[in-house]
Amino acid sequence: MRIHFKTSYEHDIRLFPDWWSFFVYAALVAVAVILPWLLDDFFLGEVTNVLIWAIAGLGLMLLTGQTGQASLGHAAFLAIGCYSCIIGMENGLPFLLAFPLAGVITGIFGTLFSIPAVRLHGIYLAIATIALSVLADDIIVLLEPWTDGVSGKFAPMITIFGIEIERWTTPDRFYWLVLAVTILCTLFYRNLLRAPLGRAFAAVRDSEVSATAMGVHIAFTKAAAFGLSCAITGLAGALMGFYAGAFNNETFSIVISISLLMMIVIGGLGSIHGAFFGAVVIAFLPQALSMTTDMIGGGNVAIPGLETGVFGAILILFILFEPMGIYGRWLKIRTWFELFPFARKDMFKRQKSYLKTERLR
Amino acid sequence: MSLLEITNATLKFGGVVAVNDLSLSVEEGEVYAIVGPNGAGKSTVFNLISRFYEPFSGQITFDGQNLLDRRADAVADLGIARTFQNIELFDHATVLQNLLVGRHRHRRTNMIEEMLFTPRVRREEKKHREAVERVIDFLDLQPYRNKMIAGLPYGVRKVVELGRALSSDPRLLLLDEPASGLSVEETQDMRWWIDDIRKQMGITVLMVEHDMGLVSGVSDRVLALADGAKLAEGTPAEVQSDPAVIAAYLGTGAA
Ligand SMILES: Nc1ncnc2c1ncn2[C@@H]1O[C@H](COP(=O)(O)OP(=O)(O)O)[C@@H](O)[C@H]1O
Ligand SMILES: [Mg+2]
Repeated sequence: MRIHFKTSYEHDIRLFPDWWSFFVYAALVAVAVILPWLLDDFFLGEVTNVLIWAIAGLGLMLLTGQTGQASLGHAAFLAIGCYSCIIGMENGLPFLLAFPLAGVITGIFGTLFSIPAVRLHGIYLAIATIALSVLADDIIVLLEPWTDGVSGKFAPMITIFGIEIERWTTPDRFYWLVLAVTILCTLFYRNLLRAPLGRAFAAVRDSEVSATAMGVHIAFTKAAAFGLSCAITGLAGALMGFYAGAFNNETFSIVISISLLMMIVIGGLGSIHGAFFGAVVIAFLPQALSMTTDMIGGGNVAIPGLETGVFGAILILFILFEPMGIYGRWLKIRTWFELFPFARKDMFKRQKSYLKTERLR
Repeated sequence: MSLLEITNATLKFGGVVAVNDLSLSVEEGEVYAIVGPNGAGKSTVFNLISRFYEPFSGQITFDGQNLLDRRADAVADLGIARTFQNIELFDHATVLQNLLVGRHRHRRTNMIEEMLFTPRVRREEKKHREAVERVIDFLDLQPYRNKMIAGLPYGVRKVVELGRALSSDPRLLLLDEPASGLSVEETQDMRWWIDDIRKQMGITVLMVEHDMGLVSGVSDRVLALADGAKLAEGTPAEVQSDPAVIAAYLGTGAA
């Protein structure tokens, strides 16, 4: 068991709680950087895909896991990010400008959406965001002059300081670009968590009443959460566009929204780790499934809806047996080993708390 | 001028008159207790001060400023902090994080600065954490500082909620039944804390409490409330011996 001795308040504010975790994460980043020399192009592409999903996951995690606002509309924000980045580049903006701008534009849309959404809670918010997902498809078609509607668009070549980056011809460079964005987004997220706004997010999630009593402006805080969440999601959307190479109105469908939400639930709501664990599951599940069906002897027969079905089953199992997701399970396993042999079975049981209806009396 | 002044406040829920033409004033530096049977309207008075409910009529001022033209989240800015009868903590956060939310009214940095964690954010964070650490020491919360609320026993949660309110460096502290559900020892601790909060920290306390031992022990003045209206007001001894109060308590079978 690692015991933390407090030396100063600096300690709590630090990015890493101790040297050990600093080394673990430094090693992880180091391995990630040299990965193109360790993997072939196919697997590097898969890892790139995982990272892009992880960025999108971080975006939704900020809103749903951190602030407690469920969204089934994030595919729409992926689309906004993707289209605005690529339309920007088609109009002569360099990638280094178009890309962050895509994040900002998506963030603005997210903030605007928060204005009606602030009044909605739980399932009602989820339903409203579904509408967003459905609408996105139609709007992309309606805006054909800009979006090329159903025929879709091709992602242009990215150039940064004269260096050309493309998913197929230079998969290693594209991977490094995605990795850099992933690290930046993770860092921003982590910084927020140790600052007042991040804590205000959690306060809004757990009790709007007492957050208000502590001086947290609920509407502003939710607007900030929507804005930041959608900005990050927009960046992920742009990267998805480059990764796919071509995209149209059907690329960012409601299925993507649902997968994204499932992903962070399976990964573990409310933690950065959860976004990454979830991304691994979602990116590798199709591969794992096709390998299994091959093994069983299903051969080339595609079973419609198999992927979604298995995914749904996994989700239900998690909600029933491990609501804290993969990250929660990981924490428990770690604690069990740290305390060995003193771990107790009901150590993680929750205490009774009051019903919402009893709250203000 | 009193620190908190409620004048002729009335609030109805449908047919129920929860607060009936109530006036009270709390002086700077005192401990003022509200007692009364269940459903008397005590918590509703707190919710009026917190601006969760809009009174039908009446005035509420704090330090001379009109509370009624403030939003609920702007009440904390004046230095009013509170606890809830049924404990409203941030369950999926640690004790430390809960207390730090108490510092929210002292936030001076914006979203972008916080994302980049600029030196200014770091300096501010240090200040917040120093303040919170003092509260943790004061309330003996060290063993729990990094524990999740969801796993804590009731008694500890009650203390954490007091800690969160104290972390905001309030001028007025509203405590809704601080000792309800606590053991005899825990109630004793609560009593010392309330004493110290007033004497050492100079914070004015307005509390709702059923435990008459605690009420007589710490409060300067007591208000007895029944059906939303004032029954009696005075020192703990005066109120306890007031015939109307005795009648009300016997009538409702004691709260
Ligand atoms: N939000 C509400 N909606 C309807 N009735 C309420 C509400 N809050 C309180 N009441 C009613 O107002 C009266 C006073 O309640 P309350 O202030 O909670 O009493 P207590 O003195 O026990 O704290 C009760 O009759 C209660 O049922
Ligand atoms: Mg009450």
